[in-house]
Amino acid sequence: MYDFNYHKPGSLADAASAIAGAEDGKLVAGGMTLIPTMKQRLAAPSDVVDLGGIGDLVGITVGGGTVTIGAMTTHGAVAASADVKGAIPALAELADNIGDPQVRNRGTIGGSIANNDPAADYPAALVALGATVVTNKRELSAEDFFTGLFDTALDEDEIISSIKFPVPEKAAYVKFANPASRYAMVGVFVAKGSDGVRVAVTGAGDDGVFRVTEMESALAGNFSPDAVSGISVSPDGLNSDIHASAEYRAHLISVMAKRAVAAAG
Amino acid sequence: MSETGIGASVKRLEDYRFLTGRGTYTDDINQPGQTHAYILRSPHAHATINSIDTSAAAAAPGVVAIFTGADMEVGSLPCGWQIHNKDGSPMAEPGHPPLAQGKVRHVGDQVAVVIAETLAQARSAAELIEVDYSELPAVVDMNKALAGGTLVHDDVADNLCYDWELGDEGEVDKAIAGAHHVTEIDIVNNRLIPNAMEPRAAIGSFDRATGEYTLYTTSQNPHVIRLLMGAFVLQIPEHKLRIVAPDVGGGFGSKIYHYAEEAIVTWAAPKVGRPIKWTADRSESFITDAHGRDHITNVKLALDESGKFLALKVNTKANMGAYLSTFATCVPTYLYATLLAGVYTTPVIYAGVKAIFTNTTPVDAYRGAGRPEASYLIERVVDRAAREMGIPQDEIRRKNFIPRDAFPYQTPVALEYDSGDYEATLNSAMKNADVDGFAARKAASEAKGKLRGLGYSTYVEACGIAPSAVVGSLGARAGLFESANVRVNPTGSVTIFTGSHSHGQGHETTFAQLVSETLGLPLDQVEISHGDTNKVAFGMGTYGSRSLAVGGEAMMKAMNKIIDKSKKIAAHVLEAAEADIEFKDGKFTVAGTDKEMTFGEVALTAYVPHNFPHDTLEPGLEEQAFYDPMNFTYPGGCHIVEVEVDPDTGVVKVDRVTASDDVGRVINPMIVAGQTHGGLAQGIGQALLEGCIYDDNGQLLTGSYMDYTMPRADDLPNFSTSNEVTLCAHNSLGVKGVGETGAIGSPPAVINAIVDALSGLGVTDISMPATPQKVWQAIQGAKAAAE
Amino acid sequence: MSQIHVTTKINGDTTEYLCDPEETLLDVLRDRLALTGAKEGCGTGDCGACSVTVDGRLVCSCLTLGAEADGCEIDTIEGMADGEKLHPLQQKFLEHAALQCGICTPGILVAAKSLLEKNPSPTEEEARYWLAGNLCRCTGYDKIIRAVMDAAEEMRRAS
Repeated sequence: MYDFNYHKPGSLADAASAIAGAEDGKLVAGGMTLIPTMKQRLAAPSDVVDLGGIGDLVGITVGGGTVTIGAMTTHGAVAASADVKGAIPALAELADNIGDPQVRNRGTIGGSIANNDPAADYPAALVALGATVVTNKRELSAEDFFTGLFDTALDEDEIISSIKFPVPEKAAYVKFANPASRYAMVGVFVAKGSDGVRVAVTGAGDDGVFRVTEMESALAGNFSPDAVSGISVSPDGLNSDIHASAEYRAHLISVMAKRAVAAAG
Repeated sequence: MSETGIGASVKRLEDYRFLTGRGTYTDDINQPGQTHAYILRSPHAHATINSIDTSAAAAAPGVVAIFTGADMEVGSLPCGWQIHNKDGSPMAEPGHPPLAQGKVRHVGDQVAVVIAETLAQARSAAELIEVDYSELPAVVDMNKALAGGTLVHDDVADNLCYDWELGDEGEVDKAIAGAHHVTEIDIVNNRLIPNAMEPRAAIGSFDRATGEYTLYTTSQNPHVIRLLMGAFVLQIPEHKLRIVAPDVGGGFGSKIYHYAEEAIVTWAAPKVGRPIKWTADRSESFITDAHGRDHITNVKLALDESGKFLALKVNTKANMGAYLSTFATCVPTYLYATLLAGVYTTPVIYAGVKAIFTNTTPVDAYRGAGRPEASYLIERVVDRAAREMGIPQDEIRRKNFIPRDAFPYQTPVALEYDSGDYEATLNSAMKNADVDGFAARKAASEAKGKLRGLGYSTYVEACGIAPSAVVGSLGARAGLFESANVRVNPTGSVTIFTGSHSHGQGHETTFAQLVSETLGLPLDQVEISHGDTNKVAFGMGTYGSRSLAVGGEAMMKAMNKIIDKSKKIAAHVLEAAEADIEFKDGKFTVAGTDKEMTFGEVALTAYVPHNFPHDTLEPGLEEQAFYDPMNFTYPGGCHIVEVEVDPDTGVVKVDRVTASDDVGRVINPMIVAGQTHGGLAQGIGQALLEGCIYDDNGQLLTGSYMDYTMPRADDLPNFSTSNEVTLCAHNSLGVKGVGETGAIGSPPAVINAIVDALSGLGVTDISMPATPQKVWQAIQGAKAAAE
Repeated sequence: MSQIHVTTKINGDTTEYLCDPEETLLDVLRDRLALTGAKEGCGTGDCGACSVTVDGRLVCSCLTLGAEADGCEIDTIEGMADGEKLHPLQQKFLEHAALQCGICTPGILVAAKSLLEKNPSPTEEEARYWLAGNLCRCTGYDKIIRAVMDAAEEMRRAS
């Protein structure tokens, strides 16, 4: 790592002013992506603002048909939360299958979505569940939030404070993990809620998370595995790499979608 | 059997320090005044270096010194084996400079070293070095390399290191032409990256007062490093060069070789006047540790109507990478082609091998080295032949096994196997694998929509490397004996100095058991010293499953000398004839009397020799022995793997792994089981997970754990391992070796199991690693072909 | 850049250190505090050799900044045994020979201890899944899993 100034503010407001005042500042949440990137000297921020000192950003509340998760809540905490397990078990299960225990104990939901790694799990959950991202400035729908590969609608000095998930009627997430990295090679989150059915795919798209509307319409009429088993996804616009071709990813989307619908019950 | 002797599962004596975090590995060592080295490496696979400007870097904070190839004109990193071409001419042997001389030949090639107060400063300064490269086209693919055009080394035509053969091609072709059936397969033995969990590290220092250089390094064979670096690269006399390989975190072959960084920190130490530490980060490990395997082979097996093998013909291309690593050239020849008989009576065999330079990291021995490549192709072609001819897999093997009463057995490919019983290991593996219950398990899988398959592999290997006379005739430039020194201390405890090196094998326990058994001592009276050239006189180190069969035998020889001398001492003290002294259970007795001396009393007497006869008995009790084996040893066995395939995704689950191995006499069953497990995991890793991939420009695409799939705890099942024993016929312990069997036997069993599972769909082949994508594609291909 | 003053409790002992912002907790443990039990196997959080617990949570110390540890309790392999008495996991690893070269062992022991604190009765599958963040190249994991299961049983009996 190169030298940098380290800040550990105690409030969201202090964090915002620290990042705004930095020449080339970076926010660090769990650090699971930023720190290895800095260690490999692929990032060289002048200032690192550690959000770990802001107690307000941690915690899970359920009420009024909504699960609200503080941005600095770790994957491990989401996975272990009785509230999440009760309201949106698919979300707890997703969190419990991110990375390994060392990652789940440090990595946070806010850090994950702010990074918007195309192979991360959470973006699929946010889009399928129709979640709202709350920042120090505004509220954004998940679909407006994720703008592309490693890209979000966040301003430079904008900080996520929490994510609000409407509680669905049923939902499930099934992931086909990259054998090496354990990131999603294809992850499909299926949710049926008051707004209808949503199918969101992560890991596969060359522009990040996306919805499969054809599956959504089919499931709206008949929420069963059979409804999606005949729907194939075009490999156009899907990632192709040493682990999986676009064709294989396209095939896996159908298989994972079917399994997710079955798991959602 | 004693609780501490041969055959006992003694708890490992080295483990307390590892379990409590008190192991001392090279990177755990810090020396007073130590500086840190960062190696600037080539980002290009192939380029000429027009100029290097270090002026800005030299002025950077904390920089102590910077050296480039222009500063370090020393000897070439040597290759230890000379192979000869078919026409008798020697192989091409281009130089391998520690720091590049005008040209870089693989991504990661060393260009400059920056030595600074801290590693971060060294790394920052390295970014200021301006290297003017002219990029050249890279040659990565072996077939393209052979076509010439782009040359890795200007003076090596067609990038051909050697074109070597073994056997009579005409005779083999004749047998194939007249055969009832010929099975032919093209096989890729995938390139692997060893990934010992401890990255390589080196600390060089120089003592101006004594003129002695010291190198701490992550090595499997410190004396070999002393010899190669001292004599060939840096011209430092051996008495002024100390090499210490302290606790070493795994090697698997990758830490045998003499690497550039060892020479760089040693050479630079007197120039900066301070110790210099270098530790690889994992990315450097991926691009600079010698890789393994990387063969492409065409194999033909000829059979008669009954399924009896008539001939085997193999043509192999073996990737050497950009330079010849220390053992590289012997791997695809003498550790490979000589094993092509496998466990079978195939009467005629031919192997042609072309070794090829490419713009990739050097390739050398990795756990098994040549023998996994041989067993893989044999067991794949046998499996295919059995399927083609409708012969059950166990039956075709039994029909062709070398019978147990046929030993010693001379194969058509140079080796003479001394002992083995391949039926015994096949039978016990089939029983332990519950082959009888397979049909029911397969049906249960099918009911869940899954495909189940069972794969066999019956293998033999040659290890205990090696008889010096034999390896010398095969091109080795060194003898491959081992040394041992047994020092009996005055109070009766024993220190053994061995040239073998333990980096996970548990030598401190197994060797202590030999001492306990032979000298009747409790384990706490035994110390095994290894890894320091200033303590151990000489040694050839640990690789090729040789530590016990060669190093252990050297110890036995030295201990027998100790017993002989002790008898002289006892005879003198007890006033008896030497011939009347018997040694048993740690006591020397005069036969037929109650006169006795304990081992400890003899030891003390040896060091307080008030009235020894000057002309016949020297004081002291310390003996040295060198042991050079008569032959290789030949462990063998049977591995049976059962897999379940999800046809919707191509995911292969390894459900059962059964290994029945004959490794000769077992000294510590618990350690032997652990060695087998580790080999199995690496073999299964090769078959299912691990594959090194370069792009056409020579950039490594699998350069981190994000892309190179390592076997993790949830990828593997528990293993069923057992041993059948035939004793090695030419060493006193009857031991053969176990370090590599798992990695040699298991890969074909995995692939054969997958092919078995998919055979109903018409799939006949799948290459390693059988990733989900590859399995899914094979299923799609077979379905399309069937339509 | 100025050094940061950090106060922590390491293996129960209050420990203060100064570190640069860019130093990881692993750098601090190994290079400043001479606690070399945790190892750097990859430096990117993928191998688990640097595992320690911070406030009882298993983390990769190579991806934690030394500065972040201020006010935290850190436990490392050096604090696992009670004086000369090995922790049941260490004892079972010894009895099963669940280690070979030893380089990954500290991280695996710390991770296994963390598992058993969270789940005293793991299934074998759960143990394998939990330890998937820790690479071992020597053992094939077989004996590690058996040792963890055996230690879990013994710890349940003892409690």
